[in-house]
Amino acid sequence: MGASNAMDRSSSRFAWLRVLILSLVILFGGYSVILMYVNGEIAFALMTTFVLSLGIYIFTNPKTYAHRYIFPGVAGMVIFILFPMAYTVALSFTNYSSKNILPLERAQDYLLKQTFKAQEGSYQASLFAAPEGKFRILLTPTEGDNTDLYMTTVVPMWDAAEIKKRGANPDLMPGVEVPHKALKVEQLPEAAAIERKVLFQYREHLRALRFELPDGKLVMADQSAGVGNYSAVRPQYSRLDGGVVVKNTGAIISDGNTLFDNRTQKHLRPNFDIGFYQYIDENGEFVGKPLSPGFTVGIGWDNYWKVLSDPGIQQPFFQIFVWTVLFAAGSVFFTLAIGMVLANLVQWEFLRGRAIYRVMLILPYAVPAFISILVFKGLFNQNFGEINLVLETLFGIRPDWYTSPALARTMILIVNTWLGYPYMMILCMGLLKSIPEDLYEASAMDGAGPVHNFFHITIPLLMRPLTPLLIASFAFNFNNFVLIQLLTAGRPDIIGASVPAGTTDILVSYTFRIAFEGGGGQDYGLAAAIATVIFIIVGALAVLNLKLSKMDKV
Amino acid sequence: MPIVQPKSLIYRVVATHIFMWFFLALIVFPLLMVIAISFRQGNFSVGSIIPEHFTLDHWRLALGIPVVEADGSITPPPFPVLTWLWNSVKIASITAAFIVVLSTTSAYAFARMKFAGKGLILKGMLIFQMFPAVLALVAIYAMFDKIGQYFPALGLNTHAGLVFIYMSGIALHVWTIKGYFETIDPSLEEAAAIDGATPWQAFRMILLPLSVPILAVVFILSFIGVVTEYPVASLLITDAAKYTLAVGAQQYLYPQNILWGDFAAAAVMSGLPITIVFMLAQRWLVGGLTAGGVKG
Repeated sequence: MGASNAMDRSSSRFAWLRVLILSLVILFGGYSVILMYVNGEIAFALMTTFVLSLGIYIFTNPKTYAHRYIFPGVAGMVIFILFPMAYTVALSFTNYSSKNILPLERAQDYLLKQTFKAQEGSYQASLFAAPEGKFRILLTPTEGDNTDLYMTTVVPMWDAAEIKKRGANPDLMPGVEVPHKALKVEQLPEAAAIERKVLFQYREHLRALRFELPDGKLVMADQSAGVGNYSAVRPQYSRLDGGVVVKNTGAIISDGNTLFDNRTQKHLRPNFDIGFYQYIDENGEFVGKPLSPGFTVGIGWDNYWKVLSDPGIQQPFFQIFVWTVLFAAGSVFFTLAIGMVLANLVQWEFLRGRAIYRVMLILPYAVPAFISILVFKGLFNQNFGEINLVLETLFGIRPDWYTSPALARTMILIVNTWLGYPYMMILCMGLLKSIPEDLYEASAMDGAGPVHNFFHITIPLLMRPLTPLLIASFAFNFNNFVLIQLLTAGRPDIIGASVPAGTTDILVSYTFRIAFEGGGGQDYGLAAAIATVIFIIVGALAVLNLKLSKMDKV
Repeated sequence: MPIVQPKSLIYRVVATHIFMWFFLALIVFPLLMVIAISFRQGNFSVGSIIPEHFTLDHWRLALGIPVVEADGSITPPPFPVLTWLWNSVKIASITAAFIVVLSTTSAYAFARMKFAGKGLILKGMLIFQMFPAVLALVAIYAMFDKIGQYFPALGLNTHAGLVFIYMSGIALHVWTIKGYFETIDPSLEEAAAIDGATPWQAFRMILLPLSVPILAVVFILSFIGVVTEYPVASLLITDAAKYTLAVGAQQYLYPQNILWGDFAAAAVMSGLPITIVFMLAQRWLVGGLTAGGVKG
């Protein structure tokens, strides 16, 4: 077709508009990329640059006219499917977790903000009323020989009602971000301090207040003591920009990341093997406990080794893996078996009311899955669920569907078969039409019954076209997160697992729990490693599926 | 029919009918039960399919009407179900409209044009569509956190962000529409091209009007797909008032506080429209579903 021709025509008409849009896109896109890069978001900057330049190339080059039709869709897939996948794989080689969530700089900033209580630095605050509902605050020393008194100028104080009105962010209160300056005074004010009872109304603000003394000392609320108690603090760590000389070896470490602990007079360095700050000894070796918060570092294949070797992860992982395969295979088998039999029945010409049966049998497929799964969750409830009610009336049993692993797994398979057989039935109904009638007629001549026909003609002829669809169904159930999450959430849990793991968890829900369920600490890196393994399995299934369905002959 | 059928056939037909009735009873039982429960008094009582103590209280609560109890106390609706339903419908219709547009234009190029990397992109789309979003949730969360810093309207806890990520799920629909386009004779468009139509005009004026049925199928399928999506919505939306139905419906069945009756009414109310649409359109939907893969 005259693609380039048509392009030329339209380009002459809208040339100015194209230039305008293009420059806007470049300007705006370039600005965001620079912004991301400055903020250290290298991955996001790269992705945006890639999509942006691809788009600009395709929409300016006449040769790629056809690509313009597919660009929006493909760009969406790159951003929302490919990029998150690549990001996940990259995460699997880091120790990114709730304990190691910050980049090194932010972890260092956090440590540099830590303080410790200086000696002879305890004060008691008392408030003196000033006009307009404001106050002057007096700090009286409470320990040692110190007798210096300090007083602020007139400052506003927020009571509980005021804080509620203004939003509960303590950083907004006066004297918190910027400490109040307190000056040395010789004697107590003449007026009496306000009563302790009244003081109590301001307790939230008092706990957040900070003061700066004339010598530069910072005074903060002593959270371990009562309201109105303050103590002078000093920063616990300071950065050694000049570096440090290791005592025994004489080596100089000056990477700007070394910290000095003002309290213990020891040196700390970031340990890049574990992603934590640690003290170093005279030989420059790391000693002692790691210091929270940790920072994110690359740890190579450690997450993968953990899956293979850590007994608290390895055993649940293999148990879950086996169950995932059994669950997916079982789901495919049961839905296929029921679906195929039903498809044969509803296409049987002697059966009256086939159309009604067909519509009724599709019903489970028409109900949104999240609703039917939750309905089953309630129906299977041990104490007041209707299923146990029926079972008790008929057989006198009351199975505990949610606490016994075997029963919970049975329940999951029952529910998934209910959900999935209509799909298989629909597939088989379509394929049955392509089996020539005369095969059955010939078989009938030989005196074969319907059961014989089903096993010797129908199944063999259906299996071949069904195979790729069965693989797709297997892959779908392999990752059937919604069913597990809504029905059992993986429970009952495996005892002795070091990260959350359940007997009905499949690999995806296990990954989800490692990443998002508290308790053992959220380990995004480990979750990403398991996700990567699943990516590989799903990818293999997808390629196999494509090969078998002959869709690769495009 | 002239052929005399063997007597055993009658027994087989009767047996099949009995089996079908038995099986259907088993299949429909949960659905009938949940309808019954929605009209049954209280949240914990058990009983038969036809409720002894009929009540509309659960339905009132599902519709957002407070219920006055016998002792004069007022029970407010536990959850804003109608808001959730509206959120779901809003997000799903906008997404489905975008998906139809995106996948139609892509499918047109794939069906009618020759270009570099066509087969590769088509296959790639199909393969990557099989990877579940659950596995990349950490990355998706981080991504929307970052997007939110630059464009707050598209960040975490926004419906626009959700629409955006759902729009990426077009691969199967592209295949469906492409398959349909290929059944339409290209000579129509070629004739138009000879008369001076641009490819875009040929697509818009000729192919598109012929493809309305398949576009409707894709719209309904992606609509249902979005309404029933759970993991991404549950991660991105944290505000209870912004929940979609799939996220919100769960709130009824927390082990500490099971609102069985209220859930039943809300489930029937919100599930029925989708079920009815699906059943009415099933003859056309089934083709679209079985062409590509599995209902998600």
